Formats: sequence, structure tokens, C-alpha cells
Amino acid sequence: MPADLLQKTPLHALHLAAGARMAPFAGWDMPLHYGSQLDEHHAVRAAAGVFDVSHMAQADLRGPQAERYLQRVLCGDVARIASGKALYTCLLNERAGIIDDLLVYRLGADRFRLVLNAARRDADLNWLRAQQAGFEVVLTPRDDLAMLAVQGPQARTAADALLPAAVRAGVAQLARFAAAEAGDWLVGRTGYTGEDGYEVMLPAADAPALWQALIDAGVRPAGLGARDTLRLEAGLSLYGHDMDDTITPLECGLGWTVHWEPAQRDFIGRAALAAQRAAGPGRQRAGVVLACRGVLRDGAPVLQEGRQIGHLTSGGFGPTIGRGIGLARVQAGASGACTIRIRDRELPARFVNPPFVREGAPRVDLPPLTDA
Amino acid sequence: MSQVPDSLRYTQTHEWLRQEADGSITVGITDHAQAQLGDLVYVELPAVGKALTAGDACAVVESVKAAADVYAPLTGTVLACNDALASAPEHVNQDPYGDGWLLRVAGALPADTLDAAAYRTLTESA
Repeated sequence: MPADLLQKTPLHALHLAAGARMAPFAGWDMPLHYGSQLDEHHAVRAAAGVFDVSHMAQADLRGPQAERYLQRVLCGDVARIASGKALYTCLLNERAGIIDDLLVYRLGADRFRLVLNAARRDADLNWLRAQQAGFEVVLTPRDDLAMLAVQGPQARTAADALLPAAVRAGVAQLARFAAAEAGDWLVGRTGYTGEDGYEVMLPAADAPALWQALIDAGVRPAGLGARDTLRLEAGLSLYGHDMDDTITPLECGLGWTVHWEPAQRDFIGRAALAAQRAAGPGRQRAGVVLACRGVLRDGAPVLQEGRQIGHLTSGGFGPTIGRGIGLARVQAGASGACTIRIRDRELPARFVNPPFVREGAPRVDLPPLTDA
Repeated sequence: MSQVPDSLRYTQTHEWLRQEADGSITVGITDHAQAQLGDLVYVELPAVGKALTAGDACAVVESVKAAADVYAPLTGTVLACNDALASAPEHVNQDPYGDGWLLRVAGALPADTLDAAAYRTLTESA
């Protein structure tokens, strides 16, 4: 797509002024990095970074049957979250394939905010509208809002002083996965990096000033490149890579986003998912870490005893642990040592249980480094 | 603007060549190439003694997001590799014409390489 047809966030001009290398992502012209993707990654693990994630789609759902409707369309049960809390879960089709993974914030008894992947915006909204028959709900895309993710051990301290007074009061002692709302500002203690921090949803017109104030306070601007290495180290799934609408939550490590109780809650995809659970899924998600130097890549075959048992759904390099790492979809039960084929070489690796890194520290045992 | 030292020769595929006093040829990737790739995290180099054919892939430089082949800019035999890059691939980003060199080859400097002015023109039009 030519660059002039790509959508631009409210911070686009600031990215260009900061010398960002821009790249197309899900139809948006987004910053990949501002000079060094690795430095941005390390800044988030050690201090604080800010990401423009305004490309992500936000939509409000309200109405007397909003809770019942979401209990039908989401595999996680929103009845479990109180007002001011967030839930990470999935939107499934009838075959239990994942239409999207999303965060839903409960803002009141009959009011919710959904945060959707940019690339899935239209598919999600079309699906959600198609399921609305019989439910008294109103779904409103919030294209008037921007979103900044401020992440890192110092992120909340840096951000707190810069938030409007009304929302600042709400974020004091905010628990993880909780959110504070004031007017069109919604600040959640959520993120996609494995570090503490906030995701700040705010009016588009207010976004440049907050962005600039964060940078003036020493928070490092970070691009989608660092966002990807941070989320991979944190073992967080990426839609379109680790899962899609042919993959169920049980096959990609997202079984924990499914609430089976109460048994009578008939969410879309439940029957297919229950059948798969009863039979035992034939494939599962696994983390892999290289036992030699190198970088893993999406799609690379994973082998055991010379036989392919799966492939990488996300491959890369973990800057904090200093190894090639990846998420794989493999035959159920796979464990121990494996090899990964990269450019006709078979690199020694081990299966591990993600996350690789949380809150600045490695969380997996690294195999000794060998020569490939 | 990326650095293009006048003293070196260049290829269309963004390698540089330098003839040393002993006649051997040192090879690396250009400042322009490293900037395009971004932070490198892994460099795969050939074995010493390997016979290279001009135009064939002879090394791989990998950034977090992409792997790029390095093409042998000449036919010859690998005399030495920059083994320090195994633990410090960032040298290629920080000093592509110095500590970030990739390999030294016994062979003749090809006639079809570019001088600095021609390489500058190539990268400016890209």
C-alpha cells in the first residue's frame, strides 16, 4: 500500500520529527523504531518506554443486555469482573477458532470498552454486529480516541504526575488489570511487554501533549519493533502469528482465557471447544529457546529425532535473555530437546514454558550454549 | 547520511572491499546496509579455508526482524573471519568499516566493483 494511503495516528508528525523509521502495519503508518530497537527494548525492561498504539481499535458497548451479550460472544465471562476491571479473552467463531483476542474493560453495570487488534477491526465489528439480534446493546467504535502504552518499572511513576487531575486520583493504588476512568480518559494497569505500566486511552487531541510530556520526563519512545521483542519474551501471543480463526484457544496456550463455569453459559464456540477438550487437543503451544547462537524465525520447522512435529508461530531474538526464542505449535505432549530448521541448518533448542522474561528477569533456564 | 569512505570499493549489494598491504581483501557490509537492517543480533560467517564464488551468499547478518545474505564480492579463499562478532554483532552497526569487518579473503579485487562516488549515487537513488 502506498504510504499516503496508510492511516496516521494523532502522533504521526511527532514520530517523523523524532526520526522514527516508519513501516506499514495493519494499514497504518507506524514507527518501527527511533534509532535502536534494542535500546528501546532495554529501556522498557530497565526504566520506562512509551508506545503509540493508537492503531488499535476501541469500541464501546452499552445497553441493559451488554453483559449477557458479552457472555454469549466471549469465551471469558465478563460477569466475573467488577466495574473498573479488565479481562483478557477471545472472540470465537462456532468452530472455536479465534476471531480476535481482546481486552474488555467493565466501566459500569451495562457499559464496557473493547480493545481490538487493528488488523481485525472490521472483522470483529462485523461479527459483533451480526450477533446483536435479540440483545438490547449499542456498539460504538471510538475512532475519536488514541492510546499510549507506558511500560516499564518506572512507567507508572513517570505517568502519574502527567495525567489530568481527575484521572490521577483514580490511578492511585490501581491494582493490576484494573482501570480508572474520567471523562474520555481510561487508564488501565495493563500492557503487552511483561512489565508494569499503563495503557492510556484518551481523546486524540490530548495525545500529542501527553506523549511529549512523557518524553520530557525521560520516558523513551519505543516502536513496534521493541513491542514485538518485549511481548515475545513475555510469552504473549500475537494475532495472525500465534493464532487465527482456524486455531482454538486450547491449541495456542490461551485455554486460560476460557471460563467453563457456569456450565450453562452458552458462549459461541463452546460446543466445539468442549468436544476438543474431551478428545484432547492434538497440538499445543510451546516455548522454545536456542541452545546455540542465532535468531529464530516465524514458520521454521520444529523437529524431534529428525521428524517434524510442528513449527514456530513467532520466532525472534530475546534481547533481555540474549538468545533466539520462539513460540511454537507442536504435537501435544512435546517436551525436552528439539531442533529448529533455519536456512537448512538444524539448530539445537529446548522446549520451555513461557514467559521467557517477566518484570526484567529471565524466567526460564537457559540451556548451555553449544556450537550449532 | 551514511558514511562511504573514499578508500574502499563497493558492490551493488552493499558489501565493501579493502585491499590490504599483503594483497588480501577484507570484506564487510556498508554503513547504509547496517542502517537499513537495524540492530544486528547475530552474524553467521563461513569457515576459514572455504572457497567462495563471487555472487554467492557467503555470510548472513541478522537483525531482530530480518536476516540478510551477504554475497561474496570476489572469488577466493577465506583467510580469516571476525570471530568477535559472535558475541558482539553490534560492532557491525557501530563501526561497519572497522571493528565490524566480516571476513578476509585471498583473491583478486574484481574490476566490476564500484568506487565511492558510484556507490553514493546508488544509495542516494535508492
